[in-house]
Amino acid sequence: MKSTSKSMINNLIALICGLAFGAGLTVAQMVEPKKVLNFLDIFGQWDASLAFVMGGGLIIYTLGYQLLIKRMIKPILNNSFALPVKNEVDKKLVIGAGIFGIGWGVVGICPGPALANLSTGNEKILVFILVMFVGMSTAKKIN
Amino acid sequence: MTDFTPFSALIGGLIIGFSALALLILNGKIAGISGIFAQVFDKYPIRSSWQVFFILGVIIGPLLVMPIGFSLPQQIDLSWPAIIVGAFLVGFGSRYGSGCTSGHGICGIGRFSIRSIYATLIFMSSAIVTVFFIRHIFGAF
Repeated sequence: MKSTSKSMINNLIALICGLAFGAGLTVAQMVEPKKVLNFLDIFGQWDASLAFVMGGGLIIYTLGYQLLIKRMIKPILNNSFALPVKNEVDKKLVIGAGIFGIGWGVVGICPGPALANLSTGNEKILVFILVMFVGMSTAKKIN
Repeated sequence: MTDFTPFSALIGGLIIGFSALALLILNGKIAGISGIFAQVFDKYPIRSSWQVFFILGVIIGPLLVMPIGFSLPQQIDLSWPAIIVGAFLVGFGSRYGSGCTSGHGICGIGRFSIRSIYATLIFMSSAIVTVFFIRHIFGAF
């Protein structure tokens, strides 16, 4: 296969996977910040629904990875798997995850649901995505 | 109050799992939204890459399930300061900690990555503590 037509197929797959991802977030109602905040409010009006989102995602991904992908040398439509190589739990991971969690607890919006909400044109979502990008750029700078 | 909706949550989760798995089996890529979103802008000048297509999909995907009765929130009941502070921390933390709910929480744990297991436990805990402080100590919303 020529590399251009190959990357076109990879782009099409990425688009389809993205569509499914956005649809899944919507079906799961993870796009509703109230729902997410109530999921995190285990000492208050706890809504455990979103545990089922993670559960459902993990069942499929874990089975698929452990039973299928581990036995594959390369992905079906690409030359190699792009997997993280780092193994050790370092200070950056701990601090970053801690800060991410605080932000998530303040708003109940993580990057996927923010993007999935973009089509509503809600100005709070637009500002969220812009400021989120500023936060990402800042993290990259002090890296 | 929000209703307990385990069934739709599970279906949504399964769809997300299949999407992330397909991206790895077919293209060999990890479906971590924060990383993919950041990579769209890492490349300068911005050119069309698989990351752009994936993000476009996430944005358009919700429209596909609207005809069957699912919807996006019409209103976000969060104050502007909360939006701005939350967004910065979410952006900064997800990049500094190499991932968010999707990359660490689904893809990383699914690969039994020790880093992702730690990251997920940490951000779940810090999020729960944050909500506890905001709602039950400061008494906001």
